Amino acid sequence: MNALTFTLKNTLNFSVNCSVLTPNSLENKSITDIANIKVTYGNSTLLVSDLFEVTGSDSAHIVFKNPSNKMDYIGANMSSGKITIEGNAGAYLGFTMKSGEIHCTGSVESYAACNMVGGLLTIDANVGDFLGAGSEGLRKGMRGGTVIIKGNAGDRVGDQMRRGLILIEGNAGDYCGSRMIAGTIGVLGNVGAYTAFNMHRGTLLLKNTPSLHATVQDCGTHTLPYLSLLFKSFKKHNTPFSQLSSQRVQRFVGDAAYKGNGEILILNA
Amino acid sequence: MMMLLNTIQIDDTFAEAFNMRGTRVIITAQNLKWAYHAANAMTGFATSVIGCGVEAGIERELRTEETPDGRPGVSILMFAMGSKVLMQQLETRMGQCILTCPTAAAFSGIDGEDKISLGKHLRYFGDGFQTSKLIDGKRYWRIPVMDGEFITEETTGMVRAIGGGNFLILATSQPAALAAAEVAIEAMKKVPNVIMPFPGGVVRSGSKVGSKYKTMFASTNDAFCPTLKGATNTELSPEIESVMEIVIDGLTFEDIALSMKVGIEAICNLGAESGVKRISAGNYGGKLGPHLFKLHDILNGSNS
Repeated sequence: MNALTFTLKNTLNFSVNCSVLTPNSLENKSITDIANIKVTYGNSTLLVSDLFEVTGSDSAHIVFKNPSNKMDYIGANMSSGKITIEGNAGAYLGFTMKSGEIHCTGSVESYAACNMVGGLLTIDANVGDFLGAGSEGLRKGMRGGTVIIKGNAGDRVGDQMRRGLILIEGNAGDYCGSRMIAGTIGVLGNVGAYTAFNMHRGTLLLKNTPSLHATVQDCGTHTLPYLSLLFKSFKKHNTPFSQLSSQRVQRFVGDAAYKGNGEILILNA
Repeated sequence: MMMLLNTIQIDDTFAEAFNMRGTRVIITAQNLKWAYHAANAMTGFATSVIGCGVEAGIERELRTEETPDGRPGVSILMFAMGSKVLMQQLETRMGQCILTCPTAAAFSGIDGEDKISLGKHLRYFGDGFQTSKLIDGKRYWRIPVMDGEFITEETTGMVRAIGGGNFLILATSQPAALAAAEVAIEAMKKVPNVIMPFPGGVVRSGSKVGSKYKTMFASTNDAFCPTLKGATNTELSPEIESVMEIVIDGLTFEDIALSMKVGIEAICNLGAESGVKRISAGNYGGKLGPHLFKLHDILNGSNS
């Protein structure tokens, strides 16, 4: 069977909500049924067939071709299957994603992996702000799953993150790990200002030492055996993180202003 | 029917075993020396549920690629008559033997529908500085200690198991009985999923149920005591001067049966010059334990 493919017909002027176009919601639906599904486009409602050319039949694997950064909520509430985006995607990619896999070959707007619960999200280029954060009004961000960013990430990565793993091969912006509750964020590039701001718990695994504020305290250089378990879990992913082996790290703890017990580990210390 | 294996008589009898609850824990450390220190402490004073609460032993050494953290380690098996005792004993021994042992870490060694605490409660030793990590669906606790960090998985599995498989080695002298037992233990150590919980794997004080003393619910197995041959209803012929018992606990019936077969065959391979005359087994008439390990069937490969 061929992957169920949505090819965008024209350039989008407004955002389109793609949350209904997931493997689990399209399971056992015919091409005709899918073409007649209504989607929100700006402040109006259109049919899928108005925006996309729909081909293929395997709803377990959905492909978006010629996509746009105005295509929001791709993979929202996804609980099975795979989505491939051959280009850029909009905001809220993988919103509340529960299982399955999303692969975006381009860049993604803000709030990717927002409220994510499980599954694997891979972005080959850059991602906007609030990666793995919680949606407005929620006190918890990402609660599980794995996110791999091949490029750079914006500000507030993992804001209020509760659980899960974010691996960024490039740089991360300001306030990385802000208000983080638990989980792990790895960054191989540089991070911006105010890293670990109001961090409660969790781990920031950094290649380069950032400029840390006064309420993040140096605990010295140590060999941490648990890193072997963590690095072992990276092995299955296609990322430079899978090459990490040294358990020797410099450990910072904070944010003391928040009575936080989060840790920043600087690799290869 | 009479069975002889390389001139050694195999009694037409059976070992009688009981249902138990079991678990496996993987203990790793900086090197095998410290893994064994931790494991030996954890499985110390765990020969019999009668007085120790649990029966425990080292199952085998693990290669670095077999352990979760890639360090040298050993796996231990622990058995108890009930889940409550097993949980209590495991937590106590984790706290006093593994937490305290330099560089040691503990991980679940078995999956099971029932989960029991490994580090779930021990984490409070961290006094608020403990942190957890959920890695590949398993929760680990990192507890800061004076040598660095103590790592333990939160829970391990608890499974239904069998305890009390056994056989008796009847020989013409004490050295002969012990030498044969040692050969059997070395062979049985290669069988997975079983332990021989007594010192060196061998027990010299097999017991019978009951006693002339009201406070004792088990007492010496006088029928197999060589110095009482003339004083009791003995099971021993005149030339038998010493009897050693090997007790086996295992995860399944098949594991114990295989272990018994390997052990008995190792002894019988020694032949008549070993001084071993008979192999027998301890039982209670088949009335107490639901699992009967018939020696002839085990050696014929037809036990089930």
